[in-house]
Amino acid sequence: MTLLAAANGISLPGTDDPINVSQTVGFALLAALMIWAAIRVVTTRNVVHAAVWLVVVLAGAAAQFILLAAEFVGVTQVMVYIGAVIVLILFGVMLTQAKLGNDPNLSRRNWYGGAVVAVVLFGLLAFATIDTFEDAKLPEDRRMALPAAEVGDGEVPRTESNTGAVSDAVFGAYLLPLEVLGVLLTAALVGAIAVARKD
Amino acid sequence: MLLSQFLLLSAILFSIGVYGVIVRRNGVAVLMAIELILNSVNINLVAFGAMHGNLSGQVFALFIIAVAAAEVGVGLAIILSIYRNRRSVALDELDLMKG
Amino acid sequence: MSDLLRSYLTVFIFGAVAVGLVGAVLGLGSFLRPKRPRPEKLIAYESGVDPVGEGWTQAEIRYYIFALLFVVFDVEAVFLFPYATRAEAYGWYGVGAMALFIGILTLTILEAWRKKVLRWS
Repeated sequence: MTLLAAANGISLPGTDDPINVSQTVGFALLAALMIWAAIRVVTTRNVVHAAVWLVVVLAGAAAQFILLAAEFVGVTQVMVYIGAVIVLILFGVMLTQAKLGNDPNLSRRNWYGGAVVAVVLFGLLAFATIDTFEDAKLPEDRRMALPAAEVGDGEVPRTESNTGAVSDAVFGAYLLPLEVLGVLLTAALVGAIAVARKD
Repeated sequence: MLLSQFLLLSAILFSIGVYGVIVRRNGVAVLMAIELILNSVNINLVAFGAMHGNLSGQVFALFIIAVAAAEVGVGLAIILSIYRNRRSVALDELDLMKG
Repeated sequence: MSDLLRSYLTVFIFGAVAVGLVGAVLGLGSFLRPKRPRPEKLIAYESGVDPVGEGWTQAEIRYYIFALLFVVFDVEAVFLFPYATRAEAYGWYGVGAMALFIGILTLTILEAWRKKVLRWS
């Protein structure tokens, strides 16, 4: 935090707020559940079980988003990831594997290399994180500061809700990315139909 | 709450996802590990957005979720076509440039 | 605690009560009922004909394309919700922007139609 604040010449918001115990306990429980589920995703021998553990990780992430006051992202996580992407992955499992149950060939025999890479990567990330943001605190009141947004050619009235603010951002500054996203999804579906169909 | 606790959680999920991408042989399982990585990035973005009181992090996370859906769709279609041609989704058997 | 999270406390308590209730009922059941496990009890039709083969068949690829169409329109719905909360504030500009987005995504269903993946033969 010191480094970041010195570099930008700004003071980060909420640095003097006390640590909220109940929120931190909730975070720790969710984090422990997510980490355990993530480990099971990459270690379980049954690919269907891996998909179900992935649901636990994704639901935990949605809860973390709500803890961070990003309600709309949390709901989107549930709708798109748990509702749609998991369905796709389960279809992928059913279409590629005619065998239910444990598959000893799901992982490589020599997992040591992967473990070393993961541990070294985590060490680097953790060092960089702790070194840079030593005691930066999230502001206790995590509602966004919402200036009057500009959508189209004029200002729109302010909104109080998170979803409305996300909408202002999406239809204001991020309108072009939204349309490009539409093109991307269309291209992805056309390509997937072309690749997946037999003829 | 501290910012680094979210960043550390996301670092752990990212490392687990990288481990899965390296170790898994089944293509569908590799895609699941990639989903873990994308989720850890989303947690980072939303946490930074909450720290700066800026909405852009949430909007970025929304777009990443939508793009990840497209990515899974195309990735699974490729895996399905590999399966149809080779009757296997074991990625380390895909060592031919022309099959 | 901030107001926002305090309002989510109700959701949390509701969920905790739901999980606790189901857990208590199931736990009470497993505590009270007699336990005599046998392999016959695990087959699909306990008093019927013995099953042949496995209950696991290869699914058809067309289901996958339907799931893909569902994903595309799920993403579209995700961006419709925030628009719906602010539609009045945007006026015709928002209608145009959203119509362009929906119009682009409608091409996917036209493509699926043209490739005849929607036809159920």
